Amino acid sequence: MKINNLVLQTVTKIIVFLIFLYSVDLFFAGHYTPGGGFVGGLMTSGAIVLLLLAYDLKTVRKIFPVNFIYVTALGLFISFSTGMIGIFADKPFLTHFFHKHVHLPIIGETSLHTAALFDLGVFLVVVGVTMTIIQTIGEDD
Amino acid sequence: MSILHWVVLAPFLYAIIIPILFTYMKRVHTGWFILPLPFLLFIYFCSKIPTTSQLQTDVFTLTWIPSIGIDFSLMLDGLGMLFSLLITGIGTLVILYSIFYLDKAKEKLNQFYVYLLLFMGAMLGIVLSDNLIVLYMFWEITSISSFLLIGFWNNRRNSRNGAIKSMVITVFGGLSLLAGIILLYLMTGTFQISEIIASVQQNSIMTDPLFILAMICVLLGAFTKSAQFPFHIWLPDAMEAPTPVSAYLHSATMVKAGIYLVARLSPVFAVSGYWLWLVSIVGIVTLIYGSFFAIKQTDLKGILAYSTISQLGMIMSLLGIGAAGVHYESETTYYIATAAAVFHLLNHATFKGSLFMVVGIIDHETGTRDIRRLSGLMQVMPITFTISIIGAFSMAGLPPFNGFLSKEMFFASMLNILEFNLFNMQTWGLLLPIIAWIGSIFTFVYSMILVFKPFAGAFKPEKLATKPHEAPIGMLISPIILVSLVIVIGLFPDLVANTILSPAISSIYGGGSYDLHIYHWHGFQPELFMTIGVILAGILLYKTREKWTTIYRVFPTILNRLYDILRFKTEGSFNSLTNRYMVGSLRTYLIYIFSFFVFILLLTMILKDGFTSDLSNLAPIGAYEIGLSFVLIIATISILFAKSRLTSIILLGAVGYTVSLFYVVFRAPDLALTQLVIETVSVALFLLCFYHLPKNARKKESIPFKLSNAIVSILVGLVVMLIAISSYSNKLFGSIAEFYVENTYKKAAGENMVNVILVDFRGFDTLFEIAVLAIASIGIFTMIKLRMGGKKSENK
Repeated sequence: MKINNLVLQTVTKIIVFLIFLYSVDLFFAGHYTPGGGFVGGLMTSGAIVLLLLAYDLKTVRKIFPVNFIYVTALGLFISFSTGMIGIFADKPFLTHFFHKHVHLPIIGETSLHTAALFDLGVFLVVVGVTMTIIQTIGEDD
Repeated sequence: MSILHWVVLAPFLYAIIIPILFTYMKRVHTGWFILPLPFLLFIYFCSKIPTTSQLQTDVFTLTWIPSIGIDFSLMLDGLGMLFSLLITGIGTLVILYSIFYLDKAKEKLNQFYVYLLLFMGAMLGIVLSDNLIVLYMFWEITSISSFLLIGFWNNRRNSRNGAIKSMVITVFGGLSLLAGIILLYLMTGTFQISEIIASVQQNSIMTDPLFILAMICVLLGAFTKSAQFPFHIWLPDAMEAPTPVSAYLHSATMVKAGIYLVARLSPVFAVSGYWLWLVSIVGIVTLIYGSFFAIKQTDLKGILAYSTISQLGMIMSLLGIGAAGVHYESETTYYIATAAAVFHLLNHATFKGSLFMVVGIIDHETGTRDIRRLSGLMQVMPITFTISIIGAFSMAGLPPFNGFLSKEMFFASMLNILEFNLFNMQTWGLLLPIIAWIGSIFTFVYSMILVFKPFAGAFKPEKLATKPHEAPIGMLISPIILVSLVIVIGLFPDLVANTILSPAISSIYGGGSYDLHIYHWHGFQPELFMTIGVILAGILLYKTREKWTTIYRVFPTILNRLYDILRFKTEGSFNSLTNRYMVGSLRTYLIYIFSFFVFILLLTMILKDGFTSDLSNLAPIGAYEIGLSFVLIIATISILFAKSRLTSIILLGAVGYTVSLFYVVFRAPDLALTQLVIETVSVALFLLCFYHLPKNARKKESIPFKLSNAIVSILVGLVVMLIAISSYSNKLFGSIAEFYVENTYKKAAGENMVNVILVDFRGFDTLFEIAVLAIASIGIFTMIKLRMGGKKSENK
């Protein structure tokens, strides 16, 4: 079906970035306000799904030349290695470390936490899983 | 390890190298390599006779599993010596015989001799071991090797059936024996036979509630192994084995394992009257049953099988009566039964072994064992005839052979029981000698059939497949040695009486030595007249047998039919039972699962009086909750009555979104967010499934109503609700949430408590939940992408 989806595609071009930004916000805000890696990941894949709807599988694959199974694997790896930090620091597995007041250039005062790394793993896994499922089913005849 | 340990293990170790010898020494019959081993063992046991005849018992212990009291301990006493001599002596002769019986080119000799050596080692293990668990282990090895030997010609259907039958019955008995052993252990606290006997003598275990049960279990083991009524049915079918096997296992050794067990455990159980009655009655019934049905047989080996059953019954009944000796110390009258038992044990092994070998020779030289086709072989096989006449006359109990002596002792001890004044022996005991006497008449008749049917009469070579001739000398050596023993023991019984038999008796009863003298002539005693009566009645019955053998048509083979029913019919009925409840429909299985769930939980609730409702802890209900619940209930019920699947999917989405609204109302923003997104995704996936349904399945009518479904689902809902109410009313302690409220910022530097719990306090769960997601996605990927050979196999 090649109907001229101009309106949809144009709207998508704008909305996708908004959704993506919102998902990034959800992800980073997770430690203080509702949100986190799971919802963030779902939102990001929602953005990609919108692209899939507006365009088609080939185009989206050109935009994101990523094998999403690798994304899943990478996410699992990040989460697991975050846990290993605790082991190397002579603490139990999955012990997190944080600094509450750190001055970074540009961003300013912020707090750093290894839990964010762990959440990044969750984020990647959720994106990878959702996209793998949708792509595989979508490609199937 | 003592020499005795090596003796028991030697056959097993030697069995390892037999296949090598068979493969690389093709020109020599493998049996020649085996022959020295049992002979050397026989010499070893002979050299130990002086030790055992002075009633010295050596116990050699080798630690095996000390933590549960299982040691590989062996003991050589009089009883063990008698059996060891039988096993190794007849083993040597049987192997010699088998060298000429089995063709080295046609038969799988490696397998045959491996099985035979396994059996020999196991049998030695049974009779020498002092530990009941070790005894049980060897007991089962004899069952297994006997199974292998009966099924040696496994291309024959009858061999396979016979092997399975003997396996089923003897293993049933073996397991029951194991139960008996464990019960004995519970009562006495040890597996060592010598310690059990010692502890029995110190404190009576007769009053123990487990005593009778243990006795029955042990006796079941002994009766099945020794082919006692009604477990004898495997023995005639085991005659499908090669004849050396029948001669060795099913006349001389394995079937006597049960006898050995009864004799060995007599000191433990004999104090009880049940033991005496059970053993002697089962024995005497077996005696008459076996001898009566032996006459019916037309197959020579069939006659011998029933004859073995009958003779084993005789030995068993003697052991039962001999148990009375425990109650009368120092009186010779009472141990005469036990003496008769061990003496007949020895005699039976000699003459029955030789008779089996004779039958094997007839089979080998004429090609048939059917007595209806054999006659007049006396002219062509004079030596075989001589052997068989000696063996059969000894079996019938005629002088001057050894069978006469033990039969006289048998009658004497049967008459003796009339003088016992215990366990009602005086009144009902009279039946035993009468049955014994009738049984002996039948024994006489079948012994005569065994000799005169094939050998006497006119020689009819045209009925036979091959031209019969005298057997080669090698085949004749073993039966000649055995019948020489029959005569020698018959003429000079004192040769064995005080060297072998009386130590065996004293190890059955313990205590001092028993002075045993066996005479041919002991005056005009009642037993002599009984023997004369047996001969006269036997001759009469033999002469007129054509007139009365028609009565066998009246006796159906109930026991074999019962076995067939048990084996085949039960298999069928269990199959149909399984098919009845394993219907293969998921709906039915779900009904099982849910009904069980409801049944167990309701039962527990009722039994424990578990339902409580405490209304004091409840929170106030707001308008939002009421409204949302209303929506939720409406949506849920509508799903059940929806006509199309599409409606159901949309209603399911409505339920999901309502739930997320509930999360909002109950202040769970993270859950609400996630629930919204996930519900969207899953509804999309449902729709995807819907559009791939076959066209005619899309517009299906509403779910058909089934009462059982309705009842089960209502009950499940009810039970879960009751449990939820009860458990909510029974909060035993407060929540641990306080800790998280206090420490979310202090210790984990976060303010979203849910997220901090997910990634920090309990991040471990999250790690594996994302692993679950990853597995799910890879699973979907593989299911869709990898359809290897799916279409190909359909084409096939």
